[in-house]
Amino acid sequence: MADDTMTFEATPTMDIETQDKVESAERAAENNNVGAAISRVDGPLKVTGQARYAADFAVPNPLYAHLVISTIGKGRITGIDDQAARQVKGVREIYSHANKLDEGSAKFFAAGGQAQQSWEPFAEPDVRFYGETIGLVVAETILGAREAAAELVFQYESEDPAAVIDASGVERQEMPDKAVTKGDFDSAFEAAPVKIDSDYETAPNVHNAMELFATTAHWVGDKLTVYVPSQWVKGFQIGLAEELGIDEANIEVVCPFVGGGFGGKGSLFTWVSLIAAASRDLGRPVKLYVTREQGFTTASFRAETRQSVRLAAAEDGTFQALEHTGDELTSRADNYFVNGQDATVRMYQADAIRTGLTTVHADRQTPGFMRAPAETPYFFGLESAVDEIARELSMDPVELRIKNDTMIDPVDGVPYTSRSLKECFRQGGESFGWSNYTPEIGSMNEGEWMIGWGVATATYPTQMSPCTVRIHLDVSGEARLQVASHDVGTGAYTVLTQAVADELGIPVEKVRVELGDSRLPPGTIAGGSISTASNVSAIMIACERIRQRLGLERGADNDLAAAFENFGQAGIEEYAEWNPSAAKKNATKTLYNGQVMIVGGPEEDYTAFAFGAIFSEVRINRFTHEIRVPRMTGAFAAGRIMNAKTAKSQYLGGMVWGIGHALHETAEVDPRTGAYMNDNISEYLVPVNADVPNMDAIIVPEVDDKVNPAGVKGIGEIGIVGVAASIANAVHHATGTRLRRIPIRLEDLVQA
Amino acid sequence: MKPFRYQAPGSVNAAVEAVEPMGIAGQGGAFLAGGTTLIDLMKLHVLTPPSLTDVKNLGLDTIEESDGEVRIGARVTMAQASEHPIFVERAPALSDALWKAASPQLRNVATLGGNVLQRTRCPYFRDNVSPCNKRDPGSGCAAIGGINRLLAVLGTSENCIATYAGDFANALILFDATVETRTDEGSREIAFEDLHVLPEDHPERETILGDDELITGYRFQLPDWARRSVYVKARDRESYAFALASAAVALDLDGDTIREARLGLGGVATVPWRAREAEEFLQGKTVSEDTALEAGRIAFEGAQGYEHNTFKIPLGRQVVAKAILDAARMDLSGAPNSSGTSEGAN
Repeated sequence: MADDTMTFEATPTMDIETQDKVESAERAAENNNVGAAISRVDGPLKVTGQARYAADFAVPNPLYAHLVISTIGKGRITGIDDQAARQVKGVREIYSHANKLDEGSAKFFAAGGQAQQSWEPFAEPDVRFYGETIGLVVAETILGAREAAAELVFQYESEDPAAVIDASGVERQEMPDKAVTKGDFDSAFEAAPVKIDSDYETAPNVHNAMELFATTAHWVGDKLTVYVPSQWVKGFQIGLAEELGIDEANIEVVCPFVGGGFGGKGSLFTWVSLIAAASRDLGRPVKLYVTREQGFTTASFRAETRQSVRLAAAEDGTFQALEHTGDELTSRADNYFVNGQDATVRMYQADAIRTGLTTVHADRQTPGFMRAPAETPYFFGLESAVDEIARELSMDPVELRIKNDTMIDPVDGVPYTSRSLKECFRQGGESFGWSNYTPEIGSMNEGEWMIGWGVATATYPTQMSPCTVRIHLDVSGEARLQVASHDVGTGAYTVLTQAVADELGIPVEKVRVELGDSRLPPGTIAGGSISTASNVSAIMIACERIRQRLGLERGADNDLAAAFENFGQAGIEEYAEWNPSAAKKNATKTLYNGQVMIVGGPEEDYTAFAFGAIFSEVRINRFTHEIRVPRMTGAFAAGRIMNAKTAKSQYLGGMVWGIGHALHETAEVDPRTGAYMNDNISEYLVPVNADVPNMDAIIVPEVDDKVNPAGVKGIGEIGIVGVAASIANAVHHATGTRLRRIPIRLEDLVQA
Repeated sequence: MKPFRYQAPGSVNAAVEAVEPMGIAGQGGAFLAGGTTLIDLMKLHVLTPPSLTDVKNLGLDTIEESDGEVRIGARVTMAQASEHPIFVERAPALSDALWKAASPQLRNVATLGGNVLQRTRCPYFRDNVSPCNKRDPGSGCAAIGGINRLLAVLGTSENCIATYAGDFANALILFDATVETRTDEGSREIAFEDLHVLPEDHPERETILGDDELITGYRFQLPDWARRSVYVKARDRESYAFALASAAVALDLDGDTIREARLGLGGVATVPWRAREAEEFLQGKTVSEDTALEAGRIAFEGAQGYEHNTFKIPLGRQVVAKAILDAARMDLSGAPNSSGTSEGAN
């Protein structure tokens, strides 16, 4: 193999035993569990297969269901031939619009409800997009259900869909009330000496969590238990009650572990009430597995965007005017949008600012949350544009960002609660070796490898939601936390354990945390990076009350036995509610009603964001044009870090996804039919281990006592933000080709 | 998956007698080896054989060499072959093509008999809905005018542009291998290059094998210069991805002069592809980047691009060039294998 071939070396990892020893030593040294890099408390359950995911729960004598999805992109069902399907052994029932199950539709989540879309699929014979759920087969076995589904013939009256954002036949809806303006953009842009005006495109993305979608419904009398992967068990419970027309008290939604959510399990899937209604109809538990292919269209996704950025600067690099507008695809019926321009225009100082948003209604499923929903696509546009103007200005892209850093939100004129962007660039740059950067295009090439470096700013609003918790402490020093929040694989079990241990002065081994059950006190939706800040803030209230009632001192070496002796009981329990200061007084009521109330980011008298800096190296082979990212460093400042280990994993996970966002992920829609033609994980690509050889995430210390009592900013989403731009900027540095559409693929670099 | 009968006979004779002729469009029975294509397509209902004849009890799982001839049993797995010293040391293009394919899990079960018969990944063939002449003869080709980024630019017809998706065959084709087959009427030998047929007017027909014909093995000579061979695979990510363009090259060098060159292409053609005109061009030439690129240009003469895959023509040309230059640069003086797999196969 040639000398200049790139090689990937595995980083040696510490064995677990040594690592745990180091960790407990660190914990002892700090005398403080919060912040300690302890291993996941649920790790042993996961690696021994004892952690039960939604589909793992056994129910007595279940039937199995299989979805049937549409094979046209628009039209209506004119007939169903189910003769052969009903002959298949073990088939119990076949449902469709023709023999509607008795269930209604909860309100669309973006309109204050819980459902993934505003309509119920069996309510009508209409087909609204390719891959829509149009039938449900229930049989004695999974294979029987699938075989019967394949035998089922739907007859259609088909129309040509407008399935992609630039199709004729889409409906454009301008959203002027979402626009932000400050100063006179047109004049400022006109007068500025240096400017760029560029358009950017991002692709549709599908969550493709490792854990497939699934639902099990089990009725005992009029009590229903539903096992379903969920980032919002309380919302699912309330939405289901509405759809099934039953009392919410009779529904329990159970999901203690989630095998990857990424936003895809945040709103109530259309099939959940179908499964519950089918189970009620047939008098037996019903289990559904949604196949990988079906998961592409029967749940939500990240929609494609088209963006335009106009950015102007003085000769010294001071930004003078910034305009960021976006078109976002949504379904015909639902007006879902992410409007990330609202965040991009708060990143740098500028006197004149303008944003615009247009939703584009097409014949596709309703989009939904996906990790950093607003920031992921829109920071590709902004941070590419900043790189472009750095080139125009002949300025170092890090220096330019630091020059335009601001401690005042440029839109609202209020201060940031904290903002450590400069420090992120300093520490990230030092670790990455940015001082060795040479700006000339191609100046860092080696042999047949074109090498480029790129940077970008990462950010995410610091958001919170009301939260309630119940904590029980007994005389043996064992504590139990109960809250209907979620661990979507991010480490919530672990950091909440640490928070309780720290607040009550007991070892983490003595704390048990129960999550993911709608019977528990309502917690937070696992979205918006709100979980840790909100849950810990509520935990602090409950624990403070317990300490007060028992006469304990925070942080002191308390004699628990004596305290309980004085208290006169062997156990104590506290229920606490926490409302963010920016929320209405009785906001916890919204939790009980199954509504999402997220506050934070830009608020009336402050703006709260976490910040980060991303440094990427790309290597492009000059013959094969393969684009690889051998090295990436992220440095993030996000207030108090509860657990350095799980935090780092979160950051790295986001960065890995950023590589996929930049170079791999795209759902390829055939505009003729609206079908997703790469609806499998063989052709819908995400990075594999060999694509992420050398990545580092740096935790930049930051104290922010204004954001919330916990001092915690969310970290679940910031890791992906800006990564795509840093890679595109690096590709430009390596090749001189500015690519404004992601994913960037090798054909973008092949010269004919 | 539709229910099917399953049998696992104990001998090749019994197997070829037991199999029900497949016929077109999967109406008959099928042989089952690793199943990595077959089971996948059965789950999608693209193939619905009423019976499977499992070849797991037939032996055919060794790699042997005698009288200068290498013989590979059809049930040798991709993993087994990719690590075998005969290939690693004396025909690295073959081992490279194998470990750069699929994932370790797939390579552990997929066999070489099945691998060369791997079906296309054309999404319109797999969706079981769209018009597809390969799946449903006469229905049309939805790939033309559709999402065809991964599809072929060589050997296409107006009826089909499906890519042959495998890797191993594109390297095997360099060595003039013979395919050994059996039916219940006896055995026959087929030149490997003749095994696959172009789609032309009958894309449903992919090989010249009869309905009940079983590949039992391959045999070929490995000349000393096969040590100077490489498999270059351009793909969207570093592992576990199909080729956008790949090239297998073996060079017989005399100093800087090419005595003889062999060139196979993958990811760009409807069948495993031998680029004979480019081989002829290279004969007697001095190795240089310009020569290598010219060979690539010749290899893609007559290629036809479609909506999303025209990039494969310039890409393929450059992949060929890299493969030629990499092969020429191999240092064969020291260790028997200088190609190695240091990039890691996973």
